[in-house]
Amino acid sequence: MIPGSNQAPLLEVRNLRVEFPTRRGTLVAVDDVSFSISPGEVLGVVGESGAGKSLTGAAIIGLLEPPGRIAGGEVVLEGERIDNLPYERMRRIRGARIGAIFQDPLTSLNPLYSIGRQLVETIQTHLPLSAADARQRAIDLLKEVGIPGAETRVDHYPHQFSGGMRQRVVIALALCANPRLIVADEPTTALDVSIQAQIIALLKRLCREHGTAVMLVTHDMGVIAETADRVAVMYAGRLAEIGPVRDVVKNASHPYTRGLMGSIPSLGVRTERLTQIDGAMPRLTAIPRGCAFNPRCPDAGQRCTAERPDLMPAGVTRAACWLYHSQGVGPALARETANA
Amino acid sequence: MPDTGVAVSRPPASGGKPLVRLSALKRYFDVSPPWLARVLERKPRAIVQAVAGIDIEIRKGETFSLVGESGCGKSTVARLVVGLYPPTDGAIEFDGNDMAARRGRVEMSAIRRRMQMIFQDPFASLNPRWRVFDIIAEPIRAFKLASSTTEVRQRVDDLLRQVKLTPADGSKYPHEFSGGQRQRISIARALASRPEFLVCDEPTSALDVSVQAQILNLMMELQREHGLTYLFISHNLAVVYHISTRVGVMYLGRLVEVADTDTLFRRPKHPYTRMLLDTIPDLDMTGRQRAPVAGEVPSPINPPSGCAFHPRCPFANDRCKRERPATIPIEGGLVACHAIEEGRLKAEDRGYGGH
Amino acid sequence: MALIDSFRRAADSDIWHSFRASPMTMAAAAVTLFIVLAAFLAPLIALQNPFDPANLNLSDAMRPPMFFGGEWSFPMGSDDQGRDLYSAILYGTRLSLEVGLAVVFFSMILGIGLGLVAGYVGGTLDAIIMRIADVQLTFPAILIALLIDGVVRGVISVKRHEEIAVFVIVASISLAFWVQYARTVRGSVMVERNKEYVQAARVIGLPRWLIMFRHVLPNVMGPVLVIATINLGLAIITEATLSFLGVGLPSTQPSLGTLIRIGNEYLNSGEWWITIFPGLTLAALVLAVNLLGDWLRDALNPKLR
Repeated sequence: MIPGSNQAPLLEVRNLRVEFPTRRGTLVAVDDVSFSISPGEVLGVVGESGAGKSLTGAAIIGLLEPPGRIAGGEVVLEGERIDNLPYERMRRIRGARIGAIFQDPLTSLNPLYSIGRQLVETIQTHLPLSAADARQRAIDLLKEVGIPGAETRVDHYPHQFSGGMRQRVVIALALCANPRLIVADEPTTALDVSIQAQIIALLKRLCREHGTAVMLVTHDMGVIAETADRVAVMYAGRLAEIGPVRDVVKNASHPYTRGLMGSIPSLGVRTERLTQIDGAMPRLTAIPRGCAFNPRCPDAGQRCTAERPDLMPAGVTRAACWLYHSQGVGPALARETANA
Repeated sequence: MPDTGVAVSRPPASGGKPLVRLSALKRYFDVSPPWLARVLERKPRAIVQAVAGIDIEIRKGETFSLVGESGCGKSTVARLVVGLYPPTDGAIEFDGNDMAARRGRVEMSAIRRRMQMIFQDPFASLNPRWRVFDIIAEPIRAFKLASSTTEVRQRVDDLLRQVKLTPADGSKYPHEFSGGQRQRISIARALASRPEFLVCDEPTSALDVSVQAQILNLMMELQREHGLTYLFISHNLAVVYHISTRVGVMYLGRLVEVADTDTLFRRPKHPYTRMLLDTIPDLDMTGRQRAPVAGEVPSPINPPSGCAFHPRCPFANDRCKRERPATIPIEGGLVACHAIEEGRLKAEDRGYGGH
Repeated sequence: MALIDSFRRAADSDIWHSFRASPMTMAAAAVTLFIVLAAFLAPLIALQNPFDPANLNLSDAMRPPMFFGGEWSFPMGSDDQGRDLYSAILYGTRLSLEVGLAVVFFSMILGIGLGLVAGYVGGTLDAIIMRIADVQLTFPAILIALLIDGVVRGVISVKRHEEIAVFVIVASISLAFWVQYARTVRGSVMVERNKEYVQAARVIGLPRWLIMFRHVLPNVMGPVLVIATINLGLAIITEATLSFLGVGLPSTQPSLGTLIRIGNEYLNSGEWWITIFPGLTLAALVLAVNLLGDWLRDALNPKLR
């Protein structure tokens, strides 16, 4: 059910590299990441904190905070390169062609203006509408994202909304100009579980109806499993695995993805012990040579400590793991088990 | 990866003596604007009933979990139990001792030693200016559990090993550790006074999933080794399912349902429990249909009349709006719901993938 | 985006680095160090002890500085008492610094103590302390110092007053300065005391005062140090102002402010040096200390950049 998988991709990210210069050397936070999103598709990007998933999203929408910078690669939206555009051009693309949703709805809304004013302002920036038409569109958008009493609520201020309602307003704001792509960074993390489910359902419905593609950045595998068509798993700034959501969740190929999935408590079987991955993700200052996951990997061989694997076909998905290379992982490693 | 499908031997769900007993426990917070503002703007006093009267018995050796959404009062219960807040009303008994009774410093300290707490935020729960060694040694010194500095050192080293760190880690500062490692340090500190009862306030919700599994495994391991009793606070039902013997579901300061873990997850009764269970993401990709979840938690300053859940409840009728449901025993658990009491609503059998 | 925060912390954690990166700060530190060293080495490098009337000869009065028709024995000229201005500035600077440091010390102790109590205990005690602070803030520091000084002068003799003038001025400026520490400490304490590491200490059952000193105080000292540095400059200026107004240190023990006042009387009759040299010293010292304070504030709080 991947829509338009044989169409030209809406967004293509090629060999993206994001660096942070520090005085103790340059940190590579996103390293050689490539993927594409088709029109109408929901691509989930998961990873643990520090995996570089949020920075990938920020790089695509041109909102990397200095000193972070794109140090290599390309971001192509509908055939046009957008990673090297001047700020003003990028600002017009943001909103018009790419919408953004962030974790904390409060930071996306100006507390001093009514939400109607903020919506109208955004609509008029990107669409040639009169004030009255823009206001009508704002009210329609609020109705669409399920805000009861939109006609009166449109004149309320952000603090008069609950967290869940605020996130709905932010979604309305992102949809103002009918963008082709929405980059949503942890859109449900700050919300209660019952509200999370509502927001996920809303996002899914809207994207289906508008044919909007979504890049959904989150640490929550549950959100991904419910929402995404495909999943990209990130680890230490690199892509570990990418593939259809069902295959990544149920039959992951990369040992990291398998461990990650196993460590999520599920309601299926109750066990004495949850599957765990020993150790922790390396700090960016100390990424191991070869495969970044090798010190924690139960299947690592000598090749994994020396050579970095690229994404390669691994069953239905593609994984950056030597297990799926014709020459394998090389001789076994002799070592003690790492501990966190 | 090992450990799938192993039979579970949780501590006995019944028969154990109660170690902690909360009776009609209440805690209100005054969130009124300052006096002058109240007078000028004619605003009334605003009282939040964070905990509006709950009764819980936690048995020796079990893990009792409290779940609920933010603002339901579960963290307040945790802080009441360890004495960080005094209760507004009601009683807390620990091993037969009324915590509110006046007693001398030594006697009080002897009781405090037996209960400790693990906090949510591994970045805020350790003093950033102290070395890990001193952080873990603090309870040992405070309760005078070691007679010499060598004994303190041995004990701290031992604790560090128990939480899978090394004695060398003692000389570092908290900022040198990852979130998961800090939570291990927090656990080591909590264990330092050899407590019997640990209150764990969302101990894994700030951690990444792979680290969460490490910490949960460690906590279950330590429980078996030391015969610990846990009060476990969480909003994550899947985590609660794995670690708990019994579960209490809280909504707006009250318990709506208490049951053995399996009963609660396989035969949920209260409509709110069902709604919470519906929010658990389906990772087994079974295509399980999830009932739509409506509404949001109302403000605890003005809780709805009658049953506080009635505005969001698909089964609510006039009685639910008027009258607060009493807690009734059912299938070994407790539930506070008119629809269940009247027989309008039956317990629901639920299966999950992989079972 | 926790990641970006950790980058920032890695880039800013090192105070030394931010010091090295700012030439202005290094210059300010050099000037401060130079003046402080000169002041405290005054007995070794001065040409006379200007506080000792036996050294003074009225016939040496009003000598111009070197290069302006003066001599080597009075490199910066002399004042109306025949005091060598160079020596007077060294001793005066020392006195100004001592008063400044003493004020910072006492106001800090008072402010931290009251701020800790107000923030940690809260309730009525907090309200009382903070209302006193509010009232105090409505009076300028100079006014409070004038008031206290005036009262002291009223109750003791002039002779006694000259002897204890330094203590009076330290006490009066300190009483005007504690508010800032108290408010800052109270604010930080109210943030820190709700943090989980303080709660963990409470669960252990440690007494309140121990938690305050062991856990809370060390974690609120950062902003206090910044205020202390900036207040050092302010205290020196306040003392100079009071001395200039004639209610500070007497002319027998001239501080920089006293020297400026003395010179002020002769400024129009051509003896400019008596005011200008102490004035320049004071300006350089206070400016350098303030620049250090600004740097410290920014270095300890990366968000302000």
